[in-house]
Amino acid sequence: MSFVTTLIPPQAPPPAPPRAFTAGRLFGNVFMGVWLALTVGIFLMIVGGWDPEKFTKYGPGYLSGLGVTLLLVGLSVVLGGIISLPLAFARMSKNPVFSWLAGAYVYFFRGTPLLTQLFLVYYGLGSFSAELKAWGLWWFFRDAWNCALLTFTLNTAAYQAEILRGAIESVPRGQHEGAAALGLPRKVAFFKIILPQALIVALRPYGNEIILMIKGSAIVAIVTVLDLMGETRRAFSRTFDYQAYLWAALIYLLIVELLRNLWAWLEARLTRHLKR
Amino acid sequence: MSGLYTAVVDAVSAFLGIVDPLCGPVGIFHLFAENTLLACGDAGWGDEIAFGFLVTASLALATLPVGLVVGFFIALAKQSEERSLRLSANIYTTLFRGLPELLTLFIVYYGLQILVQNLMTAVGYEGTVEINAFFAGMAALGVVFSAYCSEVLLSAFKAIPRGQYEAGYALGLHHGRTMQLIVLPQLIRVALPGLGNLWMALLKDTALVSVIGLPDILRQTSVAARVTKQAFEFYAIACLLFLILAFLSSLAFSGIESWAKRSEAAR
Repeated sequence: MSFVTTLIPPQAPPPAPPRAFTAGRLFGNVFMGVWLALTVGIFLMIVGGWDPEKFTKYGPGYLSGLGVTLLLVGLSVVLGGIISLPLAFARMSKNPVFSWLAGAYVYFFRGTPLLTQLFLVYYGLGSFSAELKAWGLWWFFRDAWNCALLTFTLNTAAYQAEILRGAIESVPRGQHEGAAALGLPRKVAFFKIILPQALIVALRPYGNEIILMIKGSAIVAIVTVLDLMGETRRAFSRTFDYQAYLWAALIYLLIVELLRNLWAWLEARLTRHLKR
Repeated sequence: MSGLYTAVVDAVSAFLGIVDPLCGPVGIFHLFAENTLLACGDAGWGDEIAFGFLVTASLALATLPVGLVVGFFIALAKQSEERSLRLSANIYTTLFRGLPELLTLFIVYYGLQILVQNLMTAVGYEGTVEINAFFAGMAALGVVFSAYCSEVLLSAFKAIPRGQYEAGYALGLHHGRTMQLIVLPQLIRVALPGLGNLWMALLKDTALVSVIGLPDILRQTSVAARVTKQAFEFYAIACLLFLILAFLSSLAFSGIESWAKRSEAAR
C-alpha cells in the first residue's frame, strides 16, 4: 500500500484570463475620456483666464448671491410648509367645496411653470399699481424679492401639500383602526401615530422638493433679483467671461450634492428602527 | 429640390392653419375673442400667442424622443458590468440633475456658441456664429430630461426579475431580441407613471427657453403684455395655456397607460 509522504508544494494560482475588450468597455473608456478632457479643458480655461481683478470684483457678489438664494429658498420652504398644512387637510376633507378648492389650487401651481407664476405676480400684479397703492400693499409688490418670495411660497405650498397628503394617505388603515381600538382620541392618534409614520414616508420627497426649489430659484435672476444666478448673469454681461457660469455651476452642484448626502444620512438615521 | 421643400413646408403650415386650436377656422380665439386683444391677425395678439403655443408644444415634443433614447442608453450604462461605463453615466446624471435648468440652458447656449465659433475660426471662417435658440433649448432640455429619465428607467429595470432575461436566453433569443420582445414591453409599463411626471416637468421647463429668445408661449405673452400694458391678463392666458397643455397630456398619458396595461385588464 502506498501513500503520499510529501505534500505538493504550494503553487501560484493560474493567471486570470485577460478581460475581454467588450463594446461596453470601449464606450466606457471613450466616455471617461470625454469627461476627463472636459475637466482638463475647464481647468485649463479657468487657469488660463484667471484674473485676480475679476475675482476680487465679482467674488463677493457670488457669496452675497448665494446668501440671497439660500435665504429665499429657506424662507419660502418654511412658509410654504406652514401653508401646506391646512391645504393638505382641505384636500383630504370630505367637504366637496374645500377639497375642490384645494385641488384647484394645487393643480394650478403644479401645472404651470414657476417662471410664468413669477411673471404673473411680479409684472401682472404690478400692473395694478394704483389699486395696490390704494390698499397700502404697493411697498410689498414693488420689490422683486418680495414677489419672488410670495410666488415661491405659494408654489412650494402646493407641492408640499401633495407630499403631505400622499404620506398621510400612505399610512395603512389598520393604524387608524388600531388607534381607535385602543380608545385614543382622534387628535392624539393623529399626532402620535399617523403623523410620525407619514413624516418618515414624506422625508425623501421633502428633500427632493428643497433641491427642486434651490434649482428653481435660479429663475428669480430674470426678474432682477441678484441671487447666485443674478450675480452670475451680471458678471457675465460685464466681462463676457464664460467662467462666470462655470463658477455658478460649481456652487450649485456643491449645494445640491451636500443637501442630497445630508438627506441620505438623515433618512438612514431616522429609519434605523425599521432596518431588519 | 427647393420646390419640393417649399411645397412640403406650405402643406404643413396649411394643415397646421386648419387644425390650429387657437386661431384656426374653429379656433377658440377666432370664435370667442374676435373683437378683443386676442383677435387673430393684425388686430390682436391671438395669432402671435397661437404661434408661441405651437413652438412650446413642438419643442417639448421634439425633446421627448431625444431624451428618452439617451436616457435609455444611460440607464443601460448604469447597470453595465463595466466600471468606467457606470462611472461616466453616474457623473452625467449627478451633473445634470444637480444644475439648475436655467444654468444648464445658459451653459449649453453660450458654450455651444463659443465652441462652434472656435471651430469655425480654426477652419478659417470669419464671422459670428449664432446658435439656433430652438436647437440650444432642445439640447439643454434633452440633457436634463435624459438625466432624470435614466433614473426612472433604472428603477424600472430593477423591477424586472432576472428570470425574465434568463427565459429569453433559454428560448434562444440573443440579447437585443430579449430586450426588445421581453424586457422593453414590461419596462414601459413599469416606467410610465414616472415618465409622465418627467414629461410634465419638461413641459414646464420649456418656459425657460423664452429667456434665450425663442418665441414660445411665455415670450409671446410677455411681448404682448409689454406692448398693451395689460400684463395680468396676458400672463394669466400664458398660465391657462400651460394648464391646457398639462391637461391634454394627462389625458394622453392615461390613454397610453390603459393601452400598456391592456393585457393585465383581462386578469
